[in-house]
Amino acid sequence: MTFKEIFSQLNIPEKCKKYGVPLWQCPQFLFLIMGIIIIGSILATYFIGTRYIEEPEIVALITFLITIILFTIAFIITRSFERLAEASRMKSEFINIVSHQLRTPLSNLRWTLEVVMSGKIIPPSEKQLEYFKIIKENSDRMRELIKDLLIVARIETAKLTLKKQELFLEELIERIIKELEPFARASNVEIFFEKEKNLPKVFIDPFQIRVAVENLLDNAIRYIKGKGKVLINLKKKEKNIYFEIKDNGVGIPKEEQKYIFQKFFRSRNILRYQTQGSGLGLYIVKAIVEQSGGKIGFYSEENKGSTFWFTLPIK
Amino acid sequence: MKKILFIEDESTLQKSLGDFLEKEGYKMISALDGETGLQLARKKKPDVILLDLVLPRLHGFEVLKQLKTDAATKEIPVIVLTNLEEIDDVDKAIESGANAYLIKAHYSLEEVVEKIKKVLGE
Repeated sequence: MTFKEIFSQLNIPEKCKKYGVPLWQCPQFLFLIMGIIIIGSILATYFIGTRYIEEPEIVALITFLITIILFTIAFIITRSFERLAEASRMKSEFINIVSHQLRTPLSNLRWTLEVVMSGKIIPPSEKQLEYFKIIKENSDRMRELIKDLLIVARIETAKLTLKKQELFLEELIERIIKELEPFARASNVEIFFEKEKNLPKVFIDPFQIRVAVENLLDNAIRYIKGKGKVLINLKKKEKNIYFEIKDNGVGIPKEEQKYIFQKFFRSRNILRYQTQGSGLGLYIVKAIVEQSGGKIGFYSEENKGSTFWFTLPIK
Repeated sequence: MKKILFIEDESTLQKSLGDFLEKEGYKMISALDGETGLQLARKKKPDVILLDLVLPRLHGFEVLKQLKTDAATKEIPVIVLTNLEEIDDVDKAIESGANAYLIKAHYSLEEVVEKIKKVLGE
């Protein structure tokens, strides 16, 4: 823990505001109060005991009373933790239920649309097909959003379990590039992939790392205005595989860079011309990389581009 | 004509997949709850079973367990087709003898049909 992190822990009003509970129910605040009472009561007992009280029974009584007060506060703290845990659990459960409930009608919609679009029942006219495609695109967007919400729910309930296996990361990346190539071409973006020779295997969950790389590559392509290029680099760095993705897109304004991995955060320069997106992608990427034992970071300059990187341990 | 039993409580999905399979040259038998599904599996002897998990009357896992313990049905390949995607559910289904586990939201009808063909060895 760095000094900055310790200091941020001390910013109690902000912490309590984040939890959404009143001050007297906020664990950090109650711990502080308990600490003050402990120190104060030790000092008071010592001074009173040595100067004014001769009977040890009274000192014992004072100590007893203080212990009761401390127990009561400790009890409230435990309760408030329970409330926070409960609130967090309910929130994640809510997302989970809503996401699953939303998926059923969405599956109905998508499969029905597929039957109609396939022309297996009645061949649709060109104009009809044009409209069906719009419905399909939008149902796909909703499906992606639900997928993201479910991942977030898993991250928050610590249910994001990784099924790790040994594999070559470059093979996974090559497949992802191939899949996103049509989207890149349609966006006038070229993808380049450079890699060191004879890279060792990594021990990862291919499905989760796929989500992470897809998100980063999709962002890189999406946030390039006009013609552009995305450069992916893969190399060995000490005991890790180092992945880097560089674009010449819109970049992230300096003052907003600290929020970039926060849930639902979307940069204002992006919002100006790219309204799609949930602001969940990078939050998910960070959680996946960190749970895989890696680190993640970026550097970016507005109007010049961004470079995101992450590391994954070699096994 | 190969017979496919689809145990699924959403009638819209029954209709869309049914129409699609018919055009692909399969016959679809539909069951809207777990119990009916189990009975139809025993009676009609389908070539493959598509099984949803969250089902009325009898949960999909129970249907799967009974299918795989009954000598009359245990050889029929089962493809689980659900929107549950917790790893525990996937593991449980595969351990119980499911041949494949597909998450509806991630699969198109065409991909489901491909999987059916693969399971049938076509």
